[in-house]
Amino acid sequence: MSNYLGNYSLYIALIASVYLIFKSYLDANSENKYLDKNFVLITSIQTIMITVSFFSLVAAFVISDFSNETVFNNSHTLKPLFYKVSGTWGNHEGSLLLWLLVLSIFLFIFLLNSRSQDTKYKLLTILFQQIIISGFLVFILLTSNPFKTLYPIPSEGLGLNPILQDPALAIHPPILYLGYVGTSIIFSASLASMISGNIGDKWARHIKKWVLISWVFLTIGILLGSIWAYYELGWGGFWFWDPVENVSLMPWFCLTALLHTVIVLQKRNSFQEWTIILSITTFSLSMSGTFLVRSGILNSIHTFANDPSRGLYILSFLFILILMSILIFFFNQNKISNTVKENFILSKETAILVNNWFMMFFLSVVLVGTIYPIFLEVLNGSKISVGSPFYHNLLIPFLIPFLIFMSFGPSLKWIKDKLKKFNYNILIIFFVSLLISYVILTKTENSFLLSIPLIVLSIYLLLVTIKDFFVSKSSISQKISHFGFSLLITSILLNGLFSNEFNSNMKVGDERIFNEKVVKLKEVNVTDVDNYKSLKASFEVTNKNSSFALYPEVRIYQQPLTITSEADIKTTLFSDNFLVFNIIKDDGYYNVRYQYKPLMIWIWISTIFISLGGLLSVIRKNDQKY
Amino acid sequence: MYGKKVKFRALFIFLILISLALIIFLLAKSLEENVVYFKSPTDIKNLNEIKNAQKIRVGGMVKKNSIIINNKEIFFVITDFKNELLVNFNGSVPNLFEEGKGVVAEGFLKDKSLLNADKILAKHDENYMPPEVSEAMKNN
Repeated sequence: MSNYLGNYSLYIALIASVYLIFKSYLDANSENKYLDKNFVLITSIQTIMITVSFFSLVAAFVISDFSNETVFNNSHTLKPLFYKVSGTWGNHEGSLLLWLLVLSIFLFIFLLNSRSQDTKYKLLTILFQQIIISGFLVFILLTSNPFKTLYPIPSEGLGLNPILQDPALAIHPPILYLGYVGTSIIFSASLASMISGNIGDKWARHIKKWVLISWVFLTIGILLGSIWAYYELGWGGFWFWDPVENVSLMPWFCLTALLHTVIVLQKRNSFQEWTIILSITTFSLSMSGTFLVRSGILNSIHTFANDPSRGLYILSFLFILILMSILIFFFNQNKISNTVKENFILSKETAILVNNWFMMFFLSVVLVGTIYPIFLEVLNGSKISVGSPFYHNLLIPFLIPFLIFMSFGPSLKWIKDKLKKFNYNILIIFFVSLLISYVILTKTENSFLLSIPLIVLSIYLLLVTIKDFFVSKSSISQKISHFGFSLLITSILLNGLFSNEFNSNMKVGDERIFNEKVVKLKEVNVTDVDNYKSLKASFEVTNKNSSFALYPEVRIYQQPLTITSEADIKTTLFSDNFLVFNIIKDDGYYNVRYQYKPLMIWIWISTIFISLGGLLSVIRKNDQKY
Repeated sequence: MYGKKVKFRALFIFLILISLALIIFLLAKSLEENVVYFKSPTDIKNLNEIKNAQKIRVGGMVKKNSIIINNKEIFFVITDFKNELLVNFNGSVPNLFEEGKGVVAEGFLKDKSLLNADKILAKHDENYMPPEVSEAMKNN
């Protein structure tokens, strides 16, 4: 029943989409002053239909309706309810339906929030957004219909990969998608404004909210994925330069650049073309992210169901969209009016431009590292992967000038600033950060030359952003985000510098000595829990004057047969103690990894600060003062 | 001769070109150094020379009854059912590391018969085989 409901509502949504494309195209060419009431009506019908479709899939998952193929492949009656629901988007078909749902909801919200905008601009935004929506609808109906039925009806499902049964991962895709899909509105709106010629400060103020919303969701989405990888995959890091992670980071760089550029557009009515290019690029990167992840082209540590025909479809769709936007860009370029005659080197505009250059550089490094293996395989068939040293070698040295620029860029004035008299505060802050870094660096034997300027500068930037809370006139949201960013960089650097780990194979009763700590495996208890068998180990870590216990776990799931390791992490404000173990074969040995990770929690907290700043900026009504 | 504006623009374009060239140079150099090639045990047997400093990935199946564990290390044999390679590994293994299952080991070759691995990759899915492995096995 829910299968038919879900399926047919998708068809109705597709009809609505086709109608809206034609109608908005025709109306945009006429000189109507007002938006036809039908637009809001049909768009809301479409949104309701897609919502009905989505929730009928959720319902099928909740009641374990195995006549639905997607449910059969990804669910099981024994699964806890929370994971039955999250299983809806834990698979390819369901996650695309979620993409679609967010697409249509965003368009609906856009219509409600853009009353004061020009009619032609609104019509064109509807047109482009509906082109994207119809593309996804056709894609879902043709290649990945979540409502395919099975007969005879199986009595039990195949189950959801237990590694995905995790609260962080359950909400990670929806949040990330909100960020990805938010860029679609930016894309449609910037193409529409290009054609209707209303790019300017008013448009910038209106689109800035969407940029901020997408950026906040994307940031939190990446954070959740990273947290999940940290404690579930058991590698003890938060970023692995895995292609699947990289494809979420690339739109983030682009969106961060856009976020700053839009402010210039709003304040100075400048950088119009650059804003449009960034909007198009951001959306293309989000789309190709979906494409690369879902098509299985990327050789990633994460696995996803893959199917070449799906990849081909998304690739052609993406190609058409990009081609369309490039054509629109070139044919409408003359409509842009740049009122700014002269730009000065020492100004906030330049500082933001410098920020953009850095973002583009970081983006190209990650892009090359991610797609180079694909190209090389096509070219000469050799299979390669790009290791993390590639990213580190290229990104870390450039962090040094980046941190310097970021320490003074935000405090520059618009239009033209003067070199001020020598500021003693800055000197004092720099001296303090030198002292702190000296104390920190004497505690490590690490001889990596670049780490000295990096630590000094990141601490310097951290102190400057704290000082700005009291001195600077910038908005509070900017202060919080910049503070969060400098905290993030500092924590990552110190974390990288002071982390250490040891690996060993231990039997029950064994002890290992590591960095003046004694790690002892006391016992392993076997119990049966809901839908898995649990082996809980009890470790004792004894320091010079204290000791604590850690209880990592190995879970053996039957449906499907999978073994997962649950790390046990003892988190304090200063450091994480991370312990994970695994069984290799039944000979009494357990494979143990113990890691000491300082300041781990601050990496998460600082990312929350970064997004909090963005969130505040969305909520604040009058953002006149910036 | 030229106006101030033209000179400024020329300088600007020059700077952009220089930085572009620099970026491309850095990217290419870094790629060359940090690319990890994927090989099967047969590929390794056919190698002419062994570059000890070059990191590689070797994929195949973990041979049945080949895992030996001691206090520090794990030894196992990777096979593509044609040739075999002994791997010596000190580190943490993924959950799906098992005899008779697909595996990818990353590390440095000591000689043609021994790989000192520092990382073992296996995929999450029990039915999943790394594309490299299935291809390496198909070719044989």
